Amino acid sequence: MTAIETKQLRKEYGTKTAVDDLTLEVEPGEVFGFLGPNGAGKTTSIKMLLNLVTPTSGNGRLLGQPLGDNEIRGKIGYLPEHFRFHTWLKAWEFLDFHGKMFRMEKSQRQDVIPKLLDLVGLKESTYAKLGTFSKGMTQRIGLAQALMNDPKLVFLDEPTSGLDPLGRKLVRDIIDGLRNEGTAVFLNSHLLSEIEQTCDRVAFIRSGVVLETNSMATLNQERLRVVLRVAKPSAELANDLASLGDYISADVDAPFNCETGQIIFHVDCEENIGSVARHLVENGHSIYELKPQRITLEERFLDVIQGEEE
Amino acid sequence: MQIWNIASLTIHEGVRRNIVRLAIGMGILFLIVFGTGVHYIFLQFEDASFISSNEMEIASIALTIVGLYVINFLLILVSVLISVASISSEIDTHVIDTIVTKPISRWEIVLGKWLGFAIMITIYATFMAGGLIMISAFRTGYRLETIVPGVALMALNGILVMTISIAGGTRLSTLANGVVAFMLYGIAFIGTWVENIGSVFENEAAVNIGILSSLIVPAEAVWRKASISFEPRILGNPQFAGPITVFSEPSDLMMWYAVIYVVALLGWSLWSFSQRDL
Repeated sequence: MTAIETKQLRKEYGTKTAVDDLTLEVEPGEVFGFLGPNGAGKTTSIKMLLNLVTPTSGNGRLLGQPLGDNEIRGKIGYLPEHFRFHTWLKAWEFLDFHGKMFRMEKSQRQDVIPKLLDLVGLKESTYAKLGTFSKGMTQRIGLAQALMNDPKLVFLDEPTSGLDPLGRKLVRDIIDGLRNEGTAVFLNSHLLSEIEQTCDRVAFIRSGVVLETNSMATLNQERLRVVLRVAKPSAELANDLASLGDYISADVDAPFNCETGQIIFHVDCEENIGSVARHLVENGHSIYELKPQRITLEERFLDVIQGEEE
Repeated sequence: MQIWNIASLTIHEGVRRNIVRLAIGMGILFLIVFGTGVHYIFLQFEDASFISSNEMEIASIALTIVGLYVINFLLILVSVLISVASISSEIDTHVIDTIVTKPISRWEIVLGKWLGFAIMITIYATFMAGGLIMISAFRTGYRLETIVPGVALMALNGILVMTISIAGGTRLSTLANGVVAFMLYGIAFIGTWVENIGSVFENEAAVNIGILSSLIVPAEAVWRKASISFEPRILGNPQFAGPITVFSEPSDLMMWYAVIYVVALLGWSLWSFSQRDL
């Protein structure tokens, strides 16, 4: 049973299409990153999945049940992007209310609430009103309410906005814990470094269409870029490199930069760098620098999004 | 159960945000002012030999009915004010997002809020009207004909305008909702006066305008029925209630219409909130 499964979900507001075609699958225990520029349709997509907005067409399932199923919401946690809570409630009362909404028994709520407050670092603020909370504290209590029901699927929309580095690490740790318990996490964040550190798979969305879905492992493999600097860039060197077709992927970014003597190319895996070095040295080229570079998720994101625009 | 959870949260909010405390405090102040005024008026009456017992009774009825009329008006204002932002502001601030994504139907959320407000309004109507009636009875010795049906109708009035404001909140912004709720009450208010004056001069068109306005919002018709229920002698008798004298008694059918109006509007609110995007 997949955690999330959608087929051609579409949302139109009048003549404007917010989401054109949302087709994706998320497996149980998977941390799934959802990336896209502002206005790409990320939040609308999450809202469709959670039945906050009704799709114009298409269908989907959460934990095997059709979108909008009331009972399945008892197994889902959600931290919205733009949110405020009842500021007049105390932290304990707030979690207790959301526990009631999850139809949890009183004894269960009394057991879970102190643990969650401890988990999100708000133990000291148990009886403080939410109106006195900073943005970071509000984010933490929001995260706690999303975890009240020991969910099987959690939607986190910008969970680290407003958090300091310690808070961001806390969120990462919580997500890791959820993954280990087999909970699927659907993570929408602008902080690509967070996604990079946390997610198993990512989807790139633009103009309401999923452009690409890939596992982080695959992206990491694909993203090994090598900067080579030699004493004398020459046509002979270029030919030598071209002859290494088995080791070097075809998408050489900048074949030659005569001024700096730099060549940038990609290899399929790290082991191939040694083979390239050996080959060049054996053929009499003086290597000044041979530096593998990981392409960041941000660069990949820009490639995919801008590539589509072109 | 989920409905009750939302209802108790609504009541809890009223208590925690000082709405209940202030409403009760200001209500007590109102009753003190009323009681003090009645006391001094009757002190003068008791000292004056030229005031007959009949005139004292007329004064008692006038003071009690006018007092209840003002309470009815305040109850309507308070009922709109406490509920006008309840749904619309929670939509605007996304407070509602984490609630509707729980295992609860949207109609349960609206019904729970409505129930919470209805309980508060009923208690407040009983407290205010009951307090005024007791003060009046204690100081003037005047006993209303009946009490419970009239107070129940006043509570119905508050619930009626609250239901309008809840219904508007499912579709309108807070400010727009407030404007609509108060203006609808204004239509009912002026329609009733037109009908009242029209019935004195037997002007059929004016009476029909009043009936039509009562069909749009039956709030004033409910008050007229309540006031006659408190004191039947005020019907067509300006000496008892002056400008708020009732010249035409709304039918029982109109009261059933008011109840059906509330139920139908509440039903529409439940449906409306269930259908909209958040």
